[in-house]
Amino acid sequence: MSAHAKDPMLPRPFRVEKVKRELSDTFTMELVPAEGGGFSFAAGQFNMLYVFGIGEVPISISGDPGEHERLVHTTRAVGKVSGALDALKVGDVIGVRGPYGIPWPVEAAFGRDLVFVAGGVGLAPLRPAIYQAMANRERFGKVMVLYGARTPEDILFKKEIERWRGRFDMDVAVTVDRATGKWGGNVGVVTNLVAKGGFDPQNTTAFVCGPEVMMRYAAQALEKKGVGRGSIFVSMERNMKCGVGLCGHCQWGTHFVCKDGPVFRYDSIADLFSIREL
Amino acid sequence: MPGVDASITTAVVFDRGGLDALIAALKAKGFHVVGPRVADDAVVYADLDAASDLPAGWGDEQEGGRYRLTRRKDGALFGYTSGVQGWKRHLYPPRQKLFAARRDGQGFAILPPDPPAAPLALIGVRACELAAIAKQAKVFGDRDFADPGYQGRLASAFVVAVECGEAGGTCFCAAMGTGPAVETGFDIKMVEVIDKARHVFVATAGSAAGAKVLDGLKAPAAAEADKAAAAARVAKAAKQAKTLDAKAAARLKEHPDHARWDDVARRCMTCGNCTMVCPTCFCTTVEDTTDLKGEHAERWRNWDSCFTIDFSYIHGGAIRTEVKSRYRQWITHKLSTWHDQFGSSGCVGCGRCITWCPVGIDITAEATAITEGARKAAAGGSKKAATSGGKGR
Ligand SMILES: Cc1cc2nc3c(=O)[nH]c(=O)nc-3n(C[C@H](O)[C@H](O)[C@H](O)COP(=O)(O)OP(=O)(O)OC[C@H]3O[C@@H](n4cnc5c(N)ncnc54)[C@H](O)[C@@H]3O)c2cc1C
Ligand code: SF4
Ligand code: SF4
Ligand code: FES
Repeated sequence: MSAHAKDPMLPRPFRVEKVKRELSDTFTMELVPAEGGGFSFAAGQFNMLYVFGIGEVPISISGDPGEHERLVHTTRAVGKVSGALDALKVGDVIGVRGPYGIPWPVEAAFGRDLVFVAGGVGLAPLRPAIYQAMANRERFGKVMVLYGARTPEDILFKKEIERWRGRFDMDVAVTVDRATGKWGGNVGVVTNLVAKGGFDPQNTTAFVCGPEVMMRYAAQALEKKGVGRGSIFVSMERNMKCGVGLCGHCQWGTHFVCKDGPVFRYDSIADLFSIREL
Repeated sequence: MPGVDASITTAVVFDRGGLDALIAALKAKGFHVVGPRVADDAVVYADLDAASDLPAGWGDEQEGGRYRLTRRKDGALFGYTSGVQGWKRHLYPPRQKLFAARRDGQGFAILPPDPPAAPLALIGVRACELAAIAKQAKVFGDRDFADPGYQGRLASAFVVAVECGEAGGTCFCAAMGTGPAVETGFDIKMVEVIDKARHVFVATAGSAAGAKVLDGLKAPAAAEADKAAAAARVAKAAKQAKTLDAKAAARLKEHPDHARWDDVARRCMTCGNCTMVCPTCFCTTVEDTTDLKGEHAERWRNWDSCFTIDFSYIHGGAIRTEVKSRYRQWITHKLSTWHDQFGSSGCVGCGRCITWCPVGIDITAEATAITEGARKAAAGGSKKAATSGGKGR
């Protein structure tokens, strides 16, 4: 045991290089280490982002794991700290701890169909895995992205989704809960897209990220299609004050979501999903 | 803190004067000496100057929801059961500064940490408390990320354990396999022996550092009679009224829907006393502060309790809103899922949570009702609960 190891609660300063507004309440930041050096992570991992004097929150990395110069985060402003992140300007410095957590097992899915099921801002934590899959496109069967948003105005990464849709080696379907404006696409929950299939269930790995109820229904829909529980992965959200297994807040049954997750294989947690207020 | 060195086993014996010399020697070595003393009608672990600060002649009565200091006729210095809170207060303080930072243009600079505090000497550590310290050491360092503060304070600490001579009313360390005999994790182990002829301490070293300090006391070797008297005292402390089937309790997680959770939820006030006195509870939250100008910021880590609603808050609302889900989280983690996480129970059987629960909820009774009497308690649980819960009011 390293008695005087580096303190995992001390952040590293990163400078905001670029801010892009995605939706009315959602934005993407590009960050570089203020003291030089790079940043490596695996798709599905998250960082603890600290705003000077305000607080610290867990945010998944939404950039390309093949890129080590810039750290990319996509955040929805919902409260105190995420709101403070939203107020940052280019040149401002925040603290970063990470990367933490168990990633999406992209390489373990080589040779199979890969289905991404995303709801709302849940597309952001999946995007690194989508990049990684497309960088290794020849190693997969089909690559499908099934995405559900509340309204057409809530579709995250819209331009990028359009580009993905234009590719011949990717199947992309988008649905909205409620159509507005000139929307002529799918209306309904994302599980409807799962039910339509188009993948080989026996040989499919699925990565699911979104609100907890959505993940539960999506996992059930995948199972109903014939995808095995051991081939479905979800990314969980719990209150996190440390990200490294010390504060106790993220416990879910036997798991520390920060360290044993946030990505879990569905068969290891399916039982927990059904226990109220666990 | 040391492991036990089998070669250092010679027991020595000294009186109260020797104990004073021991405390003085530790102070001279630069230790911040902490031990039991009476404050606010209770025994607490606080700064000690000399043996005269120890709770001479004080004992205690503990049962569900009840704690009273009592006078003892024998003048024992370690005649109480255990302090209100364990040593966690000192090894993992309720409020710890994580860092301070100063604004620097658009960024900030993290200021150098405060110099480390003087190493701790802990006087009067019970067997269950040593077990609790070991459990927390595992939480704060066994996996990928260690807490350097805890590890540093523990590594530099000097531990004087004192074996119990009698068990308190809420103790069940024997059932949890953590006491009352002190076996490992100490620098010096003492047993307080009082009979008609004498009032002495029989001490053995558990580390090279402990042996050196004992050597310095120039105390005579203990006679066989002293050792026998010491062993007899520990044997007496092993007789405990409370018990728990720890193996059965480890299966609590299999009963998340048991009717007994509703029953205990009607009694529990979610005050969080149990988590504050438990020597293994480790949850914390963070607090951010700034000065008025916003130039200086600090991050503090404060003890937290899984009994608060905010504990499980995520955007959209807390996960555990009901009393029953919070109580369930507490004891299921303590007795059951701790095994999955850290390879043992999280409970050492110290009984504090029973004593300090204002309504006398008894972790052993709740766990037993849920795991053993599963079906019976589901049907007729409330009758039994009324007796177990109403005691200490
Ligand atoms: C592993 C993980 C990855 C995440 N990735 C993203 C992401 O990529 N993009 C994104 O927009 N959001 C993400 N979130 C959610 C994000 O952390 C919360 O929206 C954020 O903590 C809200 O904090 P706040 O101070 O702005 O809100 P407030 O409502 O003011 O919250 C107060 C405090 O409660 C806690 N808290 C509140 N909501 C959450 C939550 N959902 N999860 C964890 N703690 C919470 C935080 O400690 C927060 O500081 C992620 C959460 C987790 C656990
Ligand atoms: S749960 Fe209760 S008896 Fe067990 S260690 Fe904690 S305070 Fe002591
Ligand atoms: S069990 Fe007792 S001590 Fe613990 S929160 Fe409930 S009322 Fe308070
Ligand atoms: S976030 Fe602190 S233990 Fe998981």
